[in-house]
Amino acid sequence: MTKTFVIDGKTIPFEDGQTIMQAASAAGVYITHLCHNPQFTPHGSCKLCTVNVNGRNCSACTFPASEGQNVTNISKELNEDREKITQMLFVEGNHFCPSCEKTGNCQLQAVAYHLNMTDNHFPHFFENREVDASHPDVMIDHNRCIFCTLCVRASEQVDGKNVFAISGRGIDKRLVVNSPSGLLKDSALDVSDCAAHICPTGAILIKRTGYSVPIGQRIYDHAHIDAVALASEGEAHDH
Amino acid sequence: MTTKKVKVATVSLAGCFGCHMSFLDLDERLVDLVEHVQFDRSPLTDIEHCSDDCDIGLIEGGVCNSENVHVLREFRKQCKILVAVGACAINGGLPAMRNHISLEDCLNEAYMDGIGVENPQIPSDVELPLLLDKVHPLHEVVKIDYFLPGCPPSADVFWAFLTDLLAGREPALPYELIHFD
Repeated sequence: MTKTFVIDGKTIPFEDGQTIMQAASAAGVYITHLCHNPQFTPHGSCKLCTVNVNGRNCSACTFPASEGQNVTNISKELNEDREKITQMLFVEGNHFCPSCEKTGNCQLQAVAYHLNMTDNHFPHFFENREVDASHPDVMIDHNRCIFCTLCVRASEQVDGKNVFAISGRGIDKRLVVNSPSGLLKDSALDVSDCAAHICPTGAILIKRTGYSVPIGQRIYDHAHIDAVALASEGEAHDH
Repeated sequence: MTTKKVKVATVSLAGCFGCHMSFLDLDERLVDLVEHVQFDRSPLTDIEHCSDDCDIGLIEGGVCNSENVHVLREFRKQCKILVAVGACAINGGLPAMRNHISLEDCLNEAYMDGIGVENPQIPSDVELPLLLDKVHPLHEVVKIDYFLPGCPPSADVFWAFLTDLLAGREPALPYELIHFD
């Protein structure tokens, strides 16, 4: 007999070893997330996927599904927490959407739209962060990095290169590049690498492609991120 | 019986007037709007100060100089509902991209060392408001009641927001109208 648990009243089947996120996505239930991607080992850092499991808050992307769990995913409290987390991401970096070529295709922005976020609530850090445009085909704008580690995991687990890492802790943490100069041009990164295309924000961009799709016709301009994520990640889970 | 019109004041602080232009994109809907709304202090009326019973204040742009701070505080004092309109009002926007550069370097680049500068001097007339060291979003200076994102927010955003407010509903923007770009 299939094992099941419940999310917001809906019965979700799962197999042993699946996380709540994996089982939910496979059953067509979207749980807000940024650092999760079904291709890679879960990281559990962004906390946007926080759900309530039998009365306790857990990260759905790392928490194993088990028989009889009662999970709350959509509630006013959880969505308000998610909105506050997203606002903190916006004020910690420098996210100026009108001047970012990722706008409309950006998952950070799309999560904000999805949560009905219209302001940043907190005081802005306006931190001085660098741009690394040294690589011929790929650039890093550190202003927009949210430390989700998707590029770190993609480089390690798919490209087998270890181009990226997170250095430092807390407010001092930074995305660093594995090269003698610390610059992207001296790293092993190639434009065809998975790590060059995985960034959920506008931090890692492919040069000369930014405006090939006009603003207004981009992924999240008209579609909610839940529908987009379920469609694309559903495919990834099936493989 | 005539009902009292709702008083709306508007201003552009550290903005480009793009949000005001977008507001004017309401086009023929402006005719419907003025049935219910009377414009108070605004670049559209040339009234210099808010009357003390304004209902709605629409603020475009962030806060980049001392005058912006004074104007914003006047709006907060005189308006029952204060609305941050557009990206610059919400997060500082394009002008806030100078926040990574020291004010001295900004002034030197613009007025002293920049390409094509003639008769270089830093403007220092008493009539000119002093620049703040950083550009700030409105909510860092006064309490803001509502935010209309977009660069600029489309006329439909203004329409949805104002018609909700005028009808006594809690304003709510549908997905299609929430854009940060």
